[in-house]
Amino acid sequence: MNNKYYSPLVFELSKPGRSGYSLPKNHWGEHHIGDINENLLRQSKPELPEVDELTLVRHYTNMSNNNFGVDTGFYPLGSCTMKYNPKINEEMAALPAFTSLHPSTPECLTQGALELYYNLQRALSEISGLSEFTLNPCAGAHGELTGLMVIRAYHQSRGDHKRTKIIVPNSAHGTNPASAAVCGLQIVEVGSTPQGTVDVEALKELLNDEVAGMMMTNPNTLGIFETQIPQIAQLIHECGGLMYYDGANLNPMLGVCRPGDMGFDVMHINLHKTFSTPHGGGGPGSGPVGVTAALAEFLPNPKVVKGEDGLFHITYSDSALGSVSPLFGNFSVLVRAYTYILSMGREYIPMAGKLSVLNANYIKEQLKAYYKLPIDGLCKHEFVFDGLLEEYGGGAHDADKVTTLDIAKRLLDYGYHAPTIYFPLLFHESMMIEPTETESKETIDQFIEVMRKIALEAKDDKALLHGAPHHTPIRRPDDVFAVKNAKFTF
Amino acid sequence: MKYIPHTQADIDQMLQVVGVDSLDDLYGEVPEQLKLKRELDLPSAMSEIEIRNHIEALADQNKLLTIFAGAGSYDHYTPSVIPYIMSRSEFSTSYTPYQAEISQGTLQYIFEYQTMMARLTGLDISNASMYDGATATAEAMMMCVAAAKKRNKVLIASTFAPRVLDVVATYAKYHGVELVKIPQIDGVSDKAFVDEALAQDDVAGVIVAQPNYWGIVEDFTGWADQCHEHKALFVVNAIASTLGVLRTPGEWGADIACGDAQSLGIPVGYGGPYIGYLCTTKALIRKMPGRLVGETVDAAGQRCFVLTMQAREQHIRREKATSNICTAQGYMCLHVAMYLSMMGEQGLREVCQQSYSAAHYLHDKLLETGKFEPCYSAPFFNEFTLKYTGEEGAKAFHKRMAEAGILAGVLVEGEADKIIFAVTEKRTPEEVARFLSLV
Amino acid sequence: MENVYFSESHEYVRVEGEYGYVGITDYAQHQLGNVVYVDMPEVDDEVSAGEEFGAVESVKAASDLISPVSGEVVERNDALEDTPELINEDAFANWIIKVKLSDPSELENLMSEDEYNRVCE
Repeated sequence: MNNKYYSPLVFELSKPGRSGYSLPKNHWGEHHIGDINENLLRQSKPELPEVDELTLVRHYTNMSNNNFGVDTGFYPLGSCTMKYNPKINEEMAALPAFTSLHPSTPECLTQGALELYYNLQRALSEISGLSEFTLNPCAGAHGELTGLMVIRAYHQSRGDHKRTKIIVPNSAHGTNPASAAVCGLQIVEVGSTPQGTVDVEALKELLNDEVAGMMMTNPNTLGIFETQIPQIAQLIHECGGLMYYDGANLNPMLGVCRPGDMGFDVMHINLHKTFSTPHGGGGPGSGPVGVTAALAEFLPNPKVVKGEDGLFHITYSDSALGSVSPLFGNFSVLVRAYTYILSMGREYIPMAGKLSVLNANYIKEQLKAYYKLPIDGLCKHEFVFDGLLEEYGGGAHDADKVTTLDIAKRLLDYGYHAPTIYFPLLFHESMMIEPTETESKETIDQFIEVMRKIALEAKDDKALLHGAPHHTPIRRPDDVFAVKNAKFTF
Repeated sequence: MKYIPHTQADIDQMLQVVGVDSLDDLYGEVPEQLKLKRELDLPSAMSEIEIRNHIEALADQNKLLTIFAGAGSYDHYTPSVIPYIMSRSEFSTSYTPYQAEISQGTLQYIFEYQTMMARLTGLDISNASMYDGATATAEAMMMCVAAAKKRNKVLIASTFAPRVLDVVATYAKYHGVELVKIPQIDGVSDKAFVDEALAQDDVAGVIVAQPNYWGIVEDFTGWADQCHEHKALFVVNAIASTLGVLRTPGEWGADIACGDAQSLGIPVGYGGPYIGYLCTTKALIRKMPGRLVGETVDAAGQRCFVLTMQAREQHIRREKATSNICTAQGYMCLHVAMYLSMMGEQGLREVCQQSYSAAHYLHDKLLETGKFEPCYSAPFFNEFTLKYTGEEGAKAFHKRMAEAGILAGVLVEGEADKIIFAVTEKRTPEEVARFLSLV
Repeated sequence: MENVYFSESHEYVRVEGEYGYVGITDYAQHQLGNVVYVDMPEVDDEVSAGEEFGAVESVKAASDLISPVSGEVVERNDALEDTPELINEDAFANWIIKVKLSDPSELENLMSEDEYNRVCE
């Protein structure tokens, strides 16, 4: 990574007359776009950059050096499961027989792609304990929306139109209520106990015949396993609702305890979290949705099934909730996840879960003498600190206190990505740390050492932290000016 | 296991620090009856060699055809530089650029992408977050309803691809939007119907497709004015690559441009990942879904970029957010930014020109075979619809061609003999000649 | 302060005759941090007590504005359109909308300054 900022934009490298493209001669004779009525043609120039190939290659190469990725260093970003992205996944996804396969190719000529899709559906089904999957949703939030549509389609199919409320814990990912709103559901929030889990007594008060279901993640966003999940599922089911599992936190449960066995009816999985596909600066991801056998008919079109003839078929059904994606979702992401599952196999998939939990607890235990741990006890794959302890400059009533933002920025100086900060909203100074299983003990020991060092720095020299980062390509950006400036194009 | 670095000694030491005896004890609080007490029923871990053999064998079951079809997936050329640069793990293994200080690379290329898409569509701003053209259109529909406050009716052209309409209709059904399909006359949206509907003053937005499903370039003169007179938004879904030469959504007076940017050299890839785009005017910025990068300065006063206007988004606004979108389709933004930079205005125009010429050449030659009849008389771009009149019928024709290695367009669902063909700059004279000789 | 009433959602209304000036409290602006945008209703819009009439946005947060009173919006503080940070400078002086009160008895449901200050502690 750079510590000097490479700052030009491609527009600033552009020079009229340069070009970076190479195309054959036009063999096709007399037809010219100018034949179209001028009113239908572009009136202004698009003002795209004009650069030669080397200029372009250097530009993006230098730009990449402003960036930090999992391959650069430790990325303990809570809730995002930034595990290593294996390289063979990339090579398999880049096979021309996948990348050059047109989605309108007759299914008898895409049997390999369909078999891969089918096999991945089956593998996810086994891992999650839910019977059927669609791989069409393009992202976690897209999967959530799809799963909620399944829930609505189920109630509607029974003529039960009153059920439009969805219960969401106050510790939930912000996407949960947002997805519910897009799906036309009203959100009812349920509180947490002092131990950070769903308040079951409060939940009972919310139950009635308008409840469509409840969305949870388990372990929850504090990294705590909701031990009362069987009772919660029973309560929701008894009142006629369905249980939705937000798969963002699936990683620690791999091979140990499956959402289907916990009593969930619908879930999504983030292949870009649990199944190692690269995050690509925020996308593309993939958000497969799994359901119980009773809900399978509602999964979206198109569906991929295995026929009695042993061949794979693309089917459409009227009972489906509709379509959420025109084709088969982000197919190349599916190839990567499938490759990962084959690499890990039945032996190592459960190890991933267990070691992610070991790594998280190991960090937590060694840092809780420095950072405020609001809820003690075993965590799963992640945990949340509520800022520094008071003796290290984190006093809540100290106007000059060292904040979670300061710590996050100081970590960048030491060559680490920051944890997720200011989430969950249950605490003022939340700092959510998720190491994942792919990090070695040495990496984690070094991180612990740096986190302790930062705590000591905070105690002695608050200004150093308030001013951090000091060694990154840029310093802290002015977020307020960004909004006021409102400049979104060059 | 090469993705797991822990030695047994590491595990033992770490367990000791945590204060439990075994890895299983890390799950001590999990109720026993919930635990899986057997091995997962999955294949045993495979080596790279075994995986390669297995997946390559699957890949061999796919047959790559010479593509004369589009329908949302266009076989344009991907310059070599693009996959090369995209393989840089600084780009691929980073996350959404929350920590701007160590994410300027992602933020810079998204800012470049936003700029190029705004210029291409003729609108003020672009987001960086749509999965594909279909969901971008659904988001545009929801934006219309959010902007109109008390209206929830949206008109949509029936000249969209059916599978795009399915997605938008699905979102509409669950979001509570009344989606009304605009009838078509000779393959073109019926403006009289739209005028009449707008006159009811209860329409939040009107969404049209350009070029449409049939490949036709429609004339939207007067549509935007009519919409605005009745306080409805006008939305144009355009195939991104055609915007190098066709009148832009901005020039049509649109408030929102949306669509798929797959046509900008993204491989057809069995349907994805692609990238949807969504551009709009500054007035509608707070109604726009998804990630947005803005220019600012850092503490040292130098220009830099950050995710901004986040108060619209799900992680802050929860159920009041403009959308549930979290994705920043970063990696695909990088693809598009590089593609448009390499092509430039001239290259993009040339791609359009060659695709246009080749499509018109094929169109004329197919008619000359005597086995096709034209369906529509309106101008088309690089995609066109013909009726197959050969004795075997369109379905058998399409199958026969596929067996011969040619993807001869897409069959129109429910309309017996219609086939929609598309041609791009990648098709060679030899490929076209072979196709024609087999017809 | 005389004739000023507060809601639990941190809005105030300062009553002058048949009109009320509605804004967010100093406590609320402090919690939000730098205000970057105020979404205001149009003049002539109706607002209802307990219902949302707009939103205030800071860089890292956004908060709905809940009207403490019902009535018709007769004026809005257009200065906030370009300089929303006025709210941070003086939230009380920089009211957001002026409402013609349709039901002054609603004021009885609101808090006095002392009561409100206790809520904020």
